[in-house]
Amino acid sequence: MTTESMLANPAFKPLRDGITVARRNLIKIKRVPDLLVFTTLSPIMFVLLFAYVFGSAIDVPGVSYREYLMAGIFTQTMLFGSTLTGYGLAEDIQKGIVDRFRSLPMARSALLVGRTTSDLVNNVIVIIVMSVTGLIVGWRIHSSPLEALGGFALLLLFAYAFSWVFAVVGLSVRSPEVVNNASFIFIFPLTFIANTFVGVTDLPGPLKAFAEWNPVSAVTQAARDLFGNTNPAVPQPDAWPLRHPVFTSLAWVVVLLIVSVPLAVNRYKKAASR
Amino acid sequence: MMEIAIEAEGLVKKYGAVVALDGFDLSVPQGTVMGLLGPNGAGKTTAVRVFTTLLKPDAGRARVAGLDVVADARRLRGLIGLSGQYAAVDEHLTGFENLDMVGRLYGFTAKASRERARALLARFDLEDAADRPVKGYSGGMRRRLDLAGALVAQPPVLFLDEPTTGLDPRSRLGMWDVISELVAAGSTLLLTTQYLEEADHLASRIAVIDHGKVIALGTSDDLKNQVGGERLELTVSTPADIDSARAVLAPLASGEITVDEPARRVTVPVTGGASALMESLRRLDAEAVKVLDVGLRRPSLDDVFLTLTGHAAEEESS
Repeated sequence: MTTESMLANPAFKPLRDGITVARRNLIKIKRVPDLLVFTTLSPIMFVLLFAYVFGSAIDVPGVSYREYLMAGIFTQTMLFGSTLTGYGLAEDIQKGIVDRFRSLPMARSALLVGRTTSDLVNNVIVIIVMSVTGLIVGWRIHSSPLEALGGFALLLLFAYAFSWVFAVVGLSVRSPEVVNNASFIFIFPLTFIANTFVGVTDLPGPLKAFAEWNPVSAVTQAARDLFGNTNPAVPQPDAWPLRHPVFTSLAWVVVLLIVSVPLAVNRYKKAASR
Repeated sequence: MMEIAIEAEGLVKKYGAVVALDGFDLSVPQGTVMGLLGPNGAGKTTAVRVFTTLLKPDAGRARVAGLDVVADARRLRGLIGLSGQYAAVDEHLTGFENLDMVGRLYGFTAKASRERARALLARFDLEDAADRPVKGYSGGMRRRLDLAGALVAQPPVLFLDEPTTGLDPRSRLGMWDVISELVAAGSTLLLTTQYLEEADHLASRIAVIDHGKVIALGTSDDLKNQVGGERLELTVSTPADIDSARAVLAPLASGEITVDEPARRVTVPVTGGASALMESLRRLDAEAVKVLDVGLRRPSLDDVFLTLTGHAAEEESS
């Protein structure tokens, strides 16, 4: 039996358990850097493709397309990054390690909190790599450092909220590969029917409405504003959510978390009992 | 009177139309080893999952170390160790990191957790591999590490779900040694297996399980007596040899001798294993009975099942 002196103070056990699990996931990033390399290479590729291929054909009034583009690619990349949460959880279930975790006296939330936290760290690394790439191709921040920091924080917050959405997906499917396929179906419309790469004003009716209320549009618009990648001379989009992008983004984050956190916890309880 | 460490009454668990546990009863006294023997799909793993709080039963109740597996699940998890059918270790972590993580999750301080991890790695002969990622471990090493993970908090009750399935014979013997040591140290242990030999070697009592319930319970001797124990199987070269073989071996038989005429095979129940085999060969040789093939057969899971249920174990696997 364990003696009292071996046990740490139980007061912060849920937090410590979450950190223990997050640390485990981060060790994996260190040992198998492939995943990180690919999650950063694809946005770099997107930046280069759009900047040099489409950039010459797409004209955005009042601002250079490369500057306009970056916020969109940031948002898209955050969304892709958050699918890792689902992938990682599905993999843990498949490999049986969730059984080990569930038979331990650890906090129920620890696996989910740990996973979403380590994916947040992953996204921080990705956002740094992307910013550097952006700076190289000519992207500049024109706002105050505080606003810029706010922009990055909002992007990460958005990624964190979607991590929980994909946690639900990952805990509902039978294998990690399914998470990838399922998330592509979901992510492509979400990131393309939006203001990520082109303006939404010229989209046909229903697509326009979708794009205007799409959380991806709100976050992209908010990041654009906060990085100062808009031109005050150019009229702002007329849709309400895009006129109040920071508020809309935060509202989306709150709604996504309120819906997906309890769902994920519930799915986690059931997932391992299959 | 002995304390009961593991107890189940009328456990039922259904997955849709499949009934995994169908009125499962079991009682394991403290400090003893119970072998849960059955084919794939008999309900062994489901039973272990209920005992280790991973699964809520649809009906019935179970207590482990005096705690209800549903109502007291949280407290119970600090008192049990589980080593599963598929080694639940993280292959990207080193052996040390795996055990240290488990220690932390049990609530150990950083120092205590590290010390415990090192001690277990030494005990399970994994010191040299301690700081290598588990990815490069052999199957036997992974199982040993998984078992070490179950022992981090020195839990009084241990569950080992098919600890040697899929291991080569040498690794299996190694696992047996490790498990025997645990048993000697006084842990209560529930072990599931598909191999009668394994249950025989490790468990003091064996529960045979089929279609989600216990159909026979006893020591391995009890079961073997029911099944018929060891027997000598020999194939003779001519039909005439059948009768002489039967006559020569009659004094050694512990039961009725059966004969398969077309195959010219004579089956003789015996006791005494290898010495019975040698004695029989000596006698057959002395009487110049021509033997083509001879072997000592021990009762297998199939025999147990055939005798107890009337169907072979294989039919169950799916």
